[in-house]
Amino acid sequence: MEFFEHLSIGFQAALTWWNLFYCLIGVFIGTLIGVLPGLGPTATIAMLLPITFTLPPVSALIMLAGIYYGSQYGGSTTSILVNLPGEAASVVTTLDGYQMARQGRAGVALTAAAIGSFFAGTFATLLIALAAPLLAEVALKFGPAEYFSLMVLGLVAATVLARGSLLHAIGMVVLGLLLGLVGTDVNSGTQRFTFDLPQLADGIGFVVVAMGMFGLAEITRNLEQEETRSAMAKITSLLPTKEDWKRMIAPILRGTAIGSAVGILPGSGSILGSFAAYSIEKKVSKNSAQFGKGAIEGVAAPESANNAGAQTSFIPMLTLGIPSNPVMALMIGAMIIQGIQPGPSVINEQPALFWGVVVSMWIGNFFLVILNLPLIGIWVRMIMVPYKYLYPAILTFCCIGVFSLKNAEADVFLMALFGVLGYLLSKLDCEPAPMLLAFILGPLMEEYLRRALLLSRGNPYVFLQRPISAVLLGLAVLAMLAVLLPSFRKTREEAFTEE
Amino acid sequence: MIRGKKDFWAGLIYMFFGFGAMILARDYPMGTAVKMGPSYFPTILGGILVFIGILSLIRSFIQGGTPISGITLRGMAMVALSTVLFGLLARRAGLIVALPLLVLVSALGGKGMRWIPMLLLAAALTLFCALVFIKGLGIPLPIIGPWLGG
Repeated sequence: MEFFEHLSIGFQAALTWWNLFYCLIGVFIGTLIGVLPGLGPTATIAMLLPITFTLPPVSALIMLAGIYYGSQYGGSTTSILVNLPGEAASVVTTLDGYQMARQGRAGVALTAAAIGSFFAGTFATLLIALAAPLLAEVALKFGPAEYFSLMVLGLVAATVLARGSLLHAIGMVVLGLLLGLVGTDVNSGTQRFTFDLPQLADGIGFVVVAMGMFGLAEITRNLEQEETRSAMAKITSLLPTKEDWKRMIAPILRGTAIGSAVGILPGSGSILGSFAAYSIEKKVSKNSAQFGKGAIEGVAAPESANNAGAQTSFIPMLTLGIPSNPVMALMIGAMIIQGIQPGPSVINEQPALFWGVVVSMWIGNFFLVILNLPLIGIWVRMIMVPYKYLYPAILTFCCIGVFSLKNAEADVFLMALFGVLGYLLSKLDCEPAPMLLAFILGPLMEEYLRRALLLSRGNPYVFLQRPISAVLLGLAVLAMLAVLLPSFRKTREEAFTEE
Repeated sequence: MIRGKKDFWAGLIYMFFGFGAMILARDYPMGTAVKMGPSYFPTILGGILVFIGILSLIRSFIQGGTPISGITLRGMAMVALSTVLFGLLARRAGLIVALPLLVLVSALGGKGMRWIPMLLLAAALTLFCALVFIKGLGIPLPIIGPWLGG
């Protein structure tokens, strides 16, 4: 069977000593930054991107992928033990996880999170292995019109699924599109918005924007308050009781399904998945009265969902070459640096790379389970490092990382600028994620729009005459209309406010 | 009366960037819908952004929102300043000056800065970066820069 053939190619690529090593390094760093509050996967991957130049493409992607899903595991540890979400996607886990810890069941909560994550990771890996080849086949038929419509749908979905005010999500998308246009226009050679600075002729690097808006802005946000840490919960038994097992199974299955579905959609990826899984679980569970007071379902469901979502968000990136969140955009950057053009042809032209990365995700999830539970003592000690010693170090790595991209001081200055802009915007409830997505898609959209109109000799109806393109645009319109429905708006607001 | 402060300021930021884009894009050829010039896309986007800004402003007068709270200007300034200082000094004075300054200036952005542990941290980070990034990964930054005779 083709499926097993694919997996065996993947195992051959992923099971070399070096690739296992990079997978291990990736999930280790991922867990570490997941545990450390104030340092997320976007900023970390942006920082490490320059280092991956020196690695072979498979190893680089295996390691970067490991950082992303590893951070989802790590984020739950701090949520449960000290009531401090290490990652945005683990915010809901604090609600019941910390309550469980206060009742002396921290170990059980950690185990529930680990088992849920592992199951979700395994399921999501299989889903990628099954769905990606089919999607890539469809995507090979895509012309510029289809790509343009797909990106429109992606950006619409990113605004609909973003947190907070819809108006601001749209505003941030448009702002991102504009910033993406800075630099030399490919068609005419005109320098746009460069203020005659040669440093801006190639445009603003997306790693610079990502590090400014996610790294520096996040540091500044953390400086607002004096550090307060909730008392650390003691870990006693890791083993769930028979009753716990019974109560865990259904939430894990539901969380995995919700997370997998939401992860494919562009936008907030694993964050929305965990919020949605928690609120749905609260509605359907027999024990809904216990939610917020230490229900194991309230840990198992969102933790399964965020890990599933982190992995299925690779699907659009690997098959279409289109990022669904800022981390995936950085992955695309890593591929381009390695000389691989992301898109539907990767799966056929680079089977070892594609299947190697997919299989490595499952191996990485396995590492995470055996790493995390025994090493919990080390992670606990990491949590105790005060932030005031941590952030100068994070800032150091940001500065050196961004400098080393092009060996340019200008990028360091730009990063500082985006740090300030990102911080101020976040204080106004304007989320940076849709902006960064639009920033990356902007130049691509303009290019596909031009090409589509050139091919159709200027006929703008080409987007509606081609069936796939018409369906994609139709979906975008539906998503827009759905937002206008009051009931949908209410659900959208509820999905993110679970407190 | 402004009721939603966040909407108000966000609206102004959108309008600033929107108008800015439209004004700057006037210098580039516009083209037509069929053969779009470099000015076409940015002008449309700038217009949309101005429109969103106006909507946000209008909403700020009608709808109240949560107040803006807890902005740390000091934190923001110190993080940005230390980064800029690093950019200015890294090539000229070298890592040995730029990195400790980055650590110490950024540390001033937080509350309750203590000098001795921060100096130790600065020294440790400088040593680590010199060994790993400059010696190990070959990033072209001087450890001791030309200003110090390096």
